[in-house]
Amino acid sequence: MNRKNAWIGGLAAPVMIAVVLLFVGSRSVAANDQPAAANTAVTIDNFVFGPQTITVPVGATVTWTNKDDNPHTTVSTEGVFKSKVMDTDEKFSHTFTKAGTYPYYCTIHPKMTGNIVVQ
Amino acid sequence: MPDKEQDLIDQQLQDLNNDGVDRRGFLKCMAWAGTGLVWTMSGGIPVSRAFAKGYGKNAGKAGDFSFVQISDSHIGFNKPANPDVTATLQTAINKINAMPHKPDFIIHTGDLSQLSKPSEFDTLDQVLKGASAKQIYFVPGEHDMLSDNGDQYLQRYGKGTKGNGWYSFDHKGVHFVGLVNVANLKAGGMGSLGHEQLEWFEDDLKGRSASTPIVVFAHIPLWTVYPDWGWGTDDSEQALSYVKRFGSVTVLNGHIHQIMQKVEGKVSFHTAMSTAFPQPAPGTAPSAGPMKVPADQLQKVLGITDVNYLVSGRSLAVVDSPLGESGSSASGNGGGLGGS
Repeated sequence: MNRKNAWIGGLAAPVMIAVVLLFVGSRSVAANDQPAAANTAVTIDNFVFGPQTITVPVGATVTWTNKDDNPHTTVSTEGVFKSKVMDTDEKFSHTFTKAGTYPYYCTIHPKMTGNIVVQ
Repeated sequence: MPDKEQDLIDQQLQDLNNDGVDRRGFLKCMAWAGTGLVWTMSGGIPVSRAFAKGYGKNAGKAGDFSFVQISDSHIGFNKPANPDVTATLQTAINKINAMPHKPDFIIHTGDLSQLSKPSEFDTLDQVLKGASAKQIYFVPGEHDMLSDNGDQYLQRYGKGTKGNGWYSFDHKGVHFVGLVNVANLKAGGMGSLGHEQLEWFEDDLKGRSASTPIVVFAHIPLWTVYPDWGWGTDDSEQALSYVKRFGSVTVLNGHIHQIMQKVEGKVSFHTAMSTAFPQPAPGTAPSAGPMKVPADQLQKVLGITDVNYLVSGRSLAVVDSPLGESGSSASGNGGGLGGS
């Protein structure tokens, strides 16, 4: 018993230090000091992607939600992502692993355009 | 008629032609026109009747015929603007079947379905089976292209067509062309015909006598109705240049779920009402899309288009009529809307 406790006690400190280092490390891995609440949500309504342009960190997952009473799609003009048809209340998500600017539009109503800036 | 309803009708009529002519002025103009058209008000929307001998009695000259355009049935749509689009389509078919002069065929100018689902196309086919006009021609709307490249639509309605579903045919001396302007749409753009189809169209018209009446039908308007809402076709100018030399050209479109008309030289443009739901007049709402109206008004803002070809004038008379009068239920099957 004692040996076990000692073993655990002995491990606790290094484990805690490792965990702290991990957190510190991961925070500095992000390119910018983005606030935790970077907006990664796009709402589709009234034939508009809102906000039309959002900026997200590398690795972020953007989710589009269709609140319109029309179906829409979200399709990258460069072929990076392509949703299937979203009816009302349906969603589509894409995780951006590379920095860059990603223009997209609705293939059903092509006047609807938007931009995801990943940095 | 209560003032509010009268104002709504006046506003609709004012918006119809967007040329500043109001209802009273419009009727005065028509009386002067002396074209032999008699205009009556039916459910608040002017409806013309060709005032020609033998009209409506099927006693016209051999070669006279009529067909009906329906549009934007959106089978599968089920939101407040119309919870039962199948019923209103049925009303439209009943209306066509009840017409005193039988149309030779029906043209559907697209958005047959809401989401290109097989079940939606199946339901549409069920309803259309009840049409006494057995020949029905189609062109797809953007809502019919939602399964990969519109393959569902093409499998069902695209036999004998080219590319994404374009084709032409002749009927009693009139040349009909069905165009597809809802495929491969580019970001920020409107409708699009594309090079391949334009080349085919130019070739299709080659060698035809300029006295051949031409009817072109496509889903999205082939003239720029309202670019902010995508109501136009980016490369339609090119297509229209091919028909310039013909003596009578009629362009029939849908997509905007309201009547709009324009005449440019010998080309008459016309968009049809939907059989499913209306949309707002350009710029009168934050966006296009389904517009809710009071239940007893719905039948007034949905409708069909009767097109009559008279050999004598080599001209086509386009006659819109709403599905029903205000406050009354739909006749025949599929009632339950309109005041209930």
